[in-house]
Amino acid sequence: MPKTIPLHVNGQPKRVTVDDPDMPLLYALRDNLGLHGPRFGCGLGQCGSCTVHIDGKPVRSCVTPLSAVGKKKIVTLEGLGSPEKLHALQQAFITEQAAQCGYCISGMIMEAAAFLARTKNPSEAQIKQALAHNLCRCGTHLRIVRAVKRAAAV
Amino acid sequence: MLSNKPNRRDFLKGTGILIVGFSLPSFLRTAHAQSAAAPKTVALDEVDAFLAIDPSGRVTLYSGKVELGTGVRTALTQIVAEELDVPLARVDVIEGDTALTPAQGPTWGSLSIQVGGIQIRQAAATARQALLQDAAKRLDVPAADLVVEQGTVRARSGGKQVTYGELIGGKNFSLKLDKQAPLKDPATYKIVGQSVPRYDIPPKMTGQFTYIHDFKVPGMLHGCVVRPPAMGASLQSVDESSVRGVPGLVKVVREGNFLGVVAESEWGAMQAAQKLKASWSKWEGLPEQSKLWEYVRATKINKDDVSSNVGDAEQALAQAAKRVSATYNWAIHTHGSMGPSCAVAEFKEGKLTCWSASQATHNLRLQLAAMFSLPNSDVRVIYVDGSGCYGRNGHEDAAADAALLARGVGRPVRVQWTRADEHGWDPKGPPTLMDLQAGLDASGNVVAWYSQLYIPEGGGGTGSVKLVAAELAGLPFDKGMYPGNIINNSAIPYTFPNVRTVAHRLAETPFRPSWIRAPGRMQNTFCNEAFVDELAAATGADPLEFRLRYLNDARGTELLKRLARLAQWQGRTAAKPASGEVATGRGVTYVKYELARTYVGAVADVEVNRKSGEVRVKHFAVVQDCGQIINPDGVRNQIEGSVIQTVSRTLKEELTFDRSRVTSLDWDSYPILTFPEIPEVDVDLIDRPTEKPWGAGEPPAAVVPSAISNAVFDAVGVRLRSVPFTPAKVRAALQSA
Repeated sequence: MPKTIPLHVNGQPKRVTVDDPDMPLLYALRDNLGLHGPRFGCGLGQCGSCTVHIDGKPVRSCVTPLSAVGKKKIVTLEGLGSPEKLHALQQAFITEQAAQCGYCISGMIMEAAAFLARTKNPSEAQIKQALAHNLCRCGTHLRIVRAVKRAAAV
Repeated sequence: MLSNKPNRRDFLKGTGILIVGFSLPSFLRTAHAQSAAAPKTVALDEVDAFLAIDPSGRVTLYSGKVELGTGVRTALTQIVAEELDVPLARVDVIEGDTALTPAQGPTWGSLSIQVGGIQIRQAAATARQALLQDAAKRLDVPAADLVVEQGTVRARSGGKQVTYGELIGGKNFSLKLDKQAPLKDPATYKIVGQSVPRYDIPPKMTGQFTYIHDFKVPGMLHGCVVRPPAMGASLQSVDESSVRGVPGLVKVVREGNFLGVVAESEWGAMQAAQKLKASWSKWEGLPEQSKLWEYVRATKINKDDVSSNVGDAEQALAQAAKRVSATYNWAIHTHGSMGPSCAVAEFKEGKLTCWSASQATHNLRLQLAAMFSLPNSDVRVIYVDGSGCYGRNGHEDAAADAALLARGVGRPVRVQWTRADEHGWDPKGPPTLMDLQAGLDASGNVVAWYSQLYIPEGGGGTGSVKLVAAELAGLPFDKGMYPGNIINNSAIPYTFPNVRTVAHRLAETPFRPSWIRAPGRMQNTFCNEAFVDELAAATGADPLEFRLRYLNDARGTELLKRLARLAQWQGRTAAKPASGEVATGRGVTYVKYELARTYVGAVADVEVNRKSGEVRVKHFAVVQDCGQIINPDGVRNQIEGSVIQTVSRTLKEELTFDRSRVTSLDWDSYPILTFPEIPEVDVDLIDRPTEKPWGAGEPPAAVVPSAISNAVFDAVGVRLRSVPFTPAKVRAALQSA
């Protein structure tokens, strides 16, 4: 039986109707709500492409059952900033041209945003450690670190 | 020059094309109705195949080369805007649509600028010449006295002016590409040579960008393929009752050994695929992984390809005062794009349309036409950006899956591969075995070089890697092996008096082979440049000086000298007898890509932990000469990426498998380099604005493995000849040293 589940996404109350309440949050965000910031990379919580914030913490949405979210506040890349009002990290990634294919970048930005919220003036080693479980295949790592450093200085 | 044939803009309004317009707020517009308008030309010798200008002066570039994440969309826009003298923001790009774009060849081999960009530049130059001739008549001013600024033509002395939009707007050029059309003098360039920020980056940073994974068509369903548990297994029976009750299930599609499910939702399709019970035959046709190199050496040789033959290497070897020999090998690699392959396909009135992130939409069209026994004209493939593509990965196979499922249900179907699909079923970079021998005379001069590669046969045929779905379903496909032109760079850039380089082309290889970034060039440069280092060490020579001694190439020599400065190279003639747990070393390497284009030199700095066997690459210094540079920051981005990706491949990556299937099906079992492990990269670009532009992205990947191997030797005195350089291999090498 389809079930309607309320979610709080990017500052707005939303409702999604799903067949399976244990469906990972990622599919509700992408397929039900049309948010393409969070990306499917592995479905195993290994790569970080699907990272969103739940109550400010970076979470792998591909392994987070919808039923576990409850009333917690979800923020995706789209909620972090918009083309009209970029978040400092989005601006820094553009300034540093920190992307090749860009597929992993949503996860990088979401992970980095949560990290910068709890760490002021991080060292390069701290940034690398914070992103240690986010994978990039194109090899954009150096630019990503530079972008996070730039955003941290804003 | 002007004609009144149907205009492309009218045609485009009604088609399913994807217009990537940089000025558009949404970045991307789509439409899905089919047009009755006459087809647009895609002939490679027609200006109209490449370019159109509308009445407002907006330019549309139709590019057969596509944006794979390397920045070519922006670079190609720069070339067009420069040659036509229009603002960058006035150029839209349509890529890889078989109905609209010329077949400029797959987006591979670092040829998008070198080949594709040059064709596009010539089309723009031809268009410019014709526009100027037309303007000369209209303005009654000799063409030679005209100047163009921002798409407006006027006399140098001022006066009347006319815009491109007024001259051609909405009409066809109806012109053949003119190889003699004058090109702009690079000294006057304002756009080419500038680090123009990439157009695709801002929408990728805010979630506005549409990847193939986000692409939808009306009425679209979701499909998943149920893979055989053993790669060559036959499907014996399917228990459809096992998925009864899965919400939204539309159909189980079975065709030969191809088994898939289609459902209303993505998650529903995934659930059904997971629950569907099927029985398969046993199959254990893969070799034992622990005996892979014995297997490769024992594989039947179909033919020998001799890539160079100078003097008499075998005789010179026999007579040499000293002989050196070594065997190198390179593990099987997977592409590992972060986003698993994805495609959408639709059959409508017997015609197939497929949206795909394929690097070769024009080739894929021919493959799908063959698979479904359709005329080529009834298949259209439209490129939509994917996750990073480093060669022929799974995109084409996902397209064939989607098409087969779409035919099965009579509605459009999207197929999203899982991570296990991607790691398990994308075509692989084949295992490569390399035997090298060299002879030295009594004074330490190299008198002979003889290399033998063991690589799968390739070439001929369609050049397109077979589609998994076609094979499983028993539909027509080309059975040939196409690993890429992997004999390249087996010949060497050095002037030894006797050289023979041979590739033994093998009748089979364990997995469907394909090309992954710098295919063959990477493996061959690894063994050649590491073996050159062995020879330098055997003769007590500094490895950089040793290379210069045997190089008769002014650009190569200049490059190595700049590398010595960038890396602050200090002569070294033997491995350092370091003590202590962590040893440091540096290695130098060099390539002239395919012995015909881009030059790259690199110095790697490494740390080797003698106890754990761990190699850490701390720093890379890279000098590159790829001729004229279109976008310097784009080239730097490619070099940084190539270095990091190849450090990952060299230190960590190795496909694992049992007798039935791939077992490294996720990122834990196939680890890649992570942030704490990345090296710093310093880049020195040699810009030659008046030379041809050459490939930028693949060549720097080719030099990375040998630089690391040579640096490890410098640090601890052992040679690493087997990729990946795992801690276990390093410990074993140290113990037997």
